[in-house]
Amino acid sequence: MGMTITEKILAKHAGRQKLEAGELINAKVDMVLGNDVTAPLAIQEFERIGVKTVFDPAKIALVPDHFTPNKDIQSAEQAKIMREFARRHDIVHYFEVGRMGIEHCLLPELGIVLPGHVVIGADSHTCTYGALGAFATGVGSTDMAAAMATGEAWFRVPETILFVYRGELKPWVSGKDLILYTIGLIGVDGARYMSMEFTGEAIEGLSQDARFTMANMAIEAGAKNGIFIPDAVTENYVRQRAKGNYEFYVSDPDAHYKKVIEIDVSGIEPQVAFPHLPENARGIGDVGEVAVDQVVIGSCTNGRIEDLEIAASILQGKTVAANVRLIVIPGTQAIYLEALNQGLIEIFINAGAAVSTPTCGPCLGGHMGILAKGERAVATTNRNFVGRMGHPESEVYLSGPAVAAASAVTGYITSPQDVVKEGA
Amino acid sequence: MNVFQGKTWVFGDDIDTDAIIPARYLTTQDPKILAAHCMEDAEPDFPKKVQPGDIIVGGKNFGCGSSREHAPIAISGAGVSLVIAESFARIFFRNAINIGLPIVECPQAVSGCENGHTLQVDLAAGVVKNLTLNESYEAVAFPDFMQEIIQAGGLIGFVKRQTGGEK
Repeated sequence: MGMTITEKILAKHAGRQKLEAGELINAKVDMVLGNDVTAPLAIQEFERIGVKTVFDPAKIALVPDHFTPNKDIQSAEQAKIMREFARRHDIVHYFEVGRMGIEHCLLPELGIVLPGHVVIGADSHTCTYGALGAFATGVGSTDMAAAMATGEAWFRVPETILFVYRGELKPWVSGKDLILYTIGLIGVDGARYMSMEFTGEAIEGLSQDARFTMANMAIEAGAKNGIFIPDAVTENYVRQRAKGNYEFYVSDPDAHYKKVIEIDVSGIEPQVAFPHLPENARGIGDVGEVAVDQVVIGSCTNGRIEDLEIAASILQGKTVAANVRLIVIPGTQAIYLEALNQGLIEIFINAGAAVSTPTCGPCLGGHMGILAKGERAVATTNRNFVGRMGHPESEVYLSGPAVAAASAVTGYITSPQDVVKEGA
Repeated sequence: MNVFQGKTWVFGDDIDTDAIIPARYLTTQDPKILAAHCMEDAEPDFPKKVQPGDIIVGGKNFGCGSSREHAPIAISGAGVSLVIAESFARIFFRNAINIGLPIVECPQAVSGCENGHTLQVDLAAGVVKNLTLNESYEAVAFPDFMQEIIQAGGLIGFVKRQTGGEK
């Protein structure tokens, strides 16, 4: 019997010819990631292990992105712990404010996570890198500490659900809509402990940015990883950026899948996930009238250049509704600069939006756009749990950048089609 | 030490890590500070009323969401002896084992359990007893490898042995 792409990558890193779902293995990791929330705890645990040095200072990435630029004294102290550790151990991939980005936008952009890699990160959205055909998964701080010492991590080889997307996408439908629709279909624990492999003709036509968005939210279905078979789109993305060797793996035709789920995309509308779970996805036509106080466009899910281009195409020549605060957060400094050069930032500011330096900020209720009691936001972020963006009685509706931008213009959750029509 | 007994706090399905410890408190690692806000958005009285040894009972997918290890640390810091659920989200499961917070998957024990019941859990035997209902259930066993981590007092103790670091 053949192997899936996930099984092949794990086998290679465990020094094995063959392995099967369910086996417990120890695998070498190509990159270990932490941020200003998770790394300080990992550093504390690392010190307890009693080793003098990290396994490889070039295979650890430390990104201060959650509460940065630091929002208060406590978060500044946390960032300082990470900064000093990075200096002490000569960590190559430490990124200071002004040169950083949201970790899951930044690492692929810099070509330091690559196809065929095994990546663990003390951040649940580490699964984003599966979009490049890597095995990438989120872990906790103690796992990160152990991997910084040994360069290895233990895994239970996951079973895989194969998702096959067929048909042609409707206008304004992209990666975010496909993944919200998929989570709506299988639920927030529909892929618990498993791998989600995304394939099919509709996927082949997706941009690299849209693929990042889909892989990013595999965790929202409980998955261990989300993964795409690398192709010409992947090659085109990594060729100019790769800082090391990479390898394309493909699933064998006779690989074993726990389940195969076929999805006809031609009927899928832009999606909105209602509070308080990402599985509460509905087509835009079934949303009804939902007024919003704030719109957030950004995050590790949708803070890439294509997302900003989509938002700007809707906001061009329009203004944000009087009762709405629109916050746009480019994912990295490079994305910010690209958006500036393309004139997108000017479009946002002319529309009445606040544009921020890269940060996770409001996505996790950290800073830069916290909701008051009873307030409602539509956000291109990844979670709409109770209290996620602020007060426990606030609400978050998840969508892609097109619906978010359209909603900022009208003040209630709106189909992009309606706004573009009005303006035409 | 492998037998735990305590009163239950029952929560529903899909209890996420933002409910266990909201991100606004993630600027510290201190278990006491984290414990003071544990579960407060789901059950505001929990941090004030939880007693040492109490047991949290969750539905399916307990601990879904972020990778924050602050979640099991907050629970353990609040004095909770053990979490029992129908199923756990994978990162929470891993984190709990890594920091030495006992967790048990036992769907039968969860259904029918109400707030304030007394549970007795024998981890080694894999048996959960609801003393209030006078019922006994079999828990899902841990693989040997995870039992080794638990015996080493968590992942750091386990890695210390591997790397030959000091005990």
